[in-house]
Amino acid sequence: MKALNRSFLWILLISIILLIVINRMNAAQGFSGDNTLTVYNWGDYIDQDVIKQFEAETGITVIYETFDSNEAMMTKIEQGGTTYDIAVPSEYTVEKMAEEDLLYEIDHDKIPNLQYIDRRFLNLPFDEGNRYSIPYFWGTVGIIFNPDLLPEGMEITGWHDLWNPRLENQILLVDGAREIMGMGLNTLGYSLNDTDPEHLYEALDYLEELTPNIRAIVGDENKMLMANNEAAIAVGWSGDAADIMGENEAMDYVVPEEGSNLWFDNFVIPKTAENIEGAHEFINFMLDPEVAAQNTEYVSYATPNKEALNYMPEEMVNDERFYPDAALTDKLEVYENLGKENLAFYNELFLQFKMYRK
Amino acid sequence: MQNKNIRHLIMLPYALWIILFVIAPILLVVYYSFFDIHGNFSLTNYKNFFTATYLQMIVNSFWYAFLITVISLLVAYPTAYILTRTKHKQLWLLLIIVPSWINLLLKAYAFIGIFGTHGAANQFLEWIGIGSRQLLFTDFSFVFVAVYIFIPFMILPIFNALDKLNPSLLYAASDLGASKWTTFRRVIFPLTLDGVKSGCQVVFIPALSLFMLTRLIAGNRVITLGTAIEQQFLVTQNWGMGATIAVFLIISMVGFMALTSIRRRGV
Repeated sequence: MKALNRSFLWILLISIILLIVINRMNAAQGFSGDNTLTVYNWGDYIDQDVIKQFEAETGITVIYETFDSNEAMMTKIEQGGTTYDIAVPSEYTVEKMAEEDLLYEIDHDKIPNLQYIDRRFLNLPFDEGNRYSIPYFWGTVGIIFNPDLLPEGMEITGWHDLWNPRLENQILLVDGAREIMGMGLNTLGYSLNDTDPEHLYEALDYLEELTPNIRAIVGDENKMLMANNEAAIAVGWSGDAADIMGENEAMDYVVPEEGSNLWFDNFVIPKTAENIEGAHEFINFMLDPEVAAQNTEYVSYATPNKEALNYMPEEMVNDERFYPDAALTDKLEVYENLGKENLAFYNELFLQFKMYRK
Repeated sequence: MQNKNIRHLIMLPYALWIILFVIAPILLVVYYSFFDIHGNFSLTNYKNFFTATYLQMIVNSFWYAFLITVISLLVAYPTAYILTRTKHKQLWLLLIIVPSWINLLLKAYAFIGIFGTHGAANQFLEWIGIGSRQLLFTDFSFVFVAVYIFIPFMILPIFNALDKLNPSLLYAASDLGASKWTTFRRVIFPLTLDGVKSGCQVVFIPALSLFMLTRLIAGNRVITLGTAIEQQFLVTQNWGMGATIAVFLIISMVGFMALTSIRRRGV
């Protein structure tokens, strides 16, 4: 018993020492203070030259870190111990973070360039009045296809085309419950935010009929697999489509006519921020039309900055596949935060769908 | 007294390690498994676990782990046997072990290339006249890659057991008129059974919870308990359910260990 007590004391002591060391290290690395700005963004999602311009203009040193999923990013901010001044979550995560009180409100007076953002992309349900977030890029979920590998005379216009028996074993799906359940719901004419269990089971049954056409359910590998002509069709995000098309001109992308997901990645200022002033300056700088145009040409997703479009190459701006007009975007839906329970239900059904064998 | 103190001091790092990294995590996993998605204490997770989806998943996981273990054993035993008969056996053994130093993910990506529609494997099939067929994202490729990854772990203990075998026992067997097959069946195999058992443990238990390969090589056409745990923790963020599946895995692993435990017979 005595030995046990002693070992607990040791653990306590070691924990305290570690805490002190971490504090010291953070202070020594200058992770706090006015002259640095820590930006936490998706991988390869900004033009590094733009950061250099910002540093030259303001004298603020930017520390740039990346994440690869909303969930991982949110967990890291939730657990503290970081000093991120800017983060770039997707819309449903903005809502979740705001709910859990992880975000500072954004002072619109300090961001005059907000006037350049297209009205269509402001004041959306996930953050009414843009209290916590400013849109950075937007895009859609759709069908990426290789016309050379499609059966003779086949055209892809919407989700229903995927169920064509001629596409046996030709489809790669993205490994995301919201995306795939949403596809099933949209094809049946329901909203992709539907939480009615009856509709969801109906979508599951319908999706199971798609099984013979599915080659695999994968993550980021879909880009590599499409480039290797491994399959004719991949369901994925418009940004992946832009990447794939950049590699191979023959590829094409379509936003399904039945409707699909419209997504936004947004600047937010998490509660871990220490340079709130600098964070506002950064957001304002990124919204400058010329800067946004340069950044968009690099990243190749769609910018919500209306004024920036004037500085960009015409063929990019006029590409309906990546800048669909209002008539189409009105049909698209933004993911709502459905709450933990419904999300778990979506995932449970998605798991059942994955387990279903041909 | 002095001696005892020193012994306690030496034990300390080990005790700390066991408490912090073995006992505490297991207790935490068990603890979390009793909380539902809203953080309330309940048994919902266990109730959900014994539904058709998860039972099917358990059957799948055990079936694939069984296949992987048996095939590994069938390949590894003769290999280990031949190795002990070669001249430079340590060198050969090293060559077999070296691939296990390469990162698992890297090997998985390499197999995507090899098994792809236009990959090396299909070019070979074409060349010998069978014609190309789908290899990637099939049960075959999943089991093949898993066996490839686990085989060094199966060969090592069997090799050690065979290597320690006293050759005079074999001479005795043949002096007493045993055929080669009888010698193997009645002398060699029983004496190396411990190696086979520990090889099976080292392969079966990780095979039960494989998850990266199920996506990369099997394209999520094979769903194991490991995949479900990953999804519960990272996507759904339902830690309770993930922990419940983990508790089940821990229990079945303990069961498997007990089944194959090495009982020393009186020598």
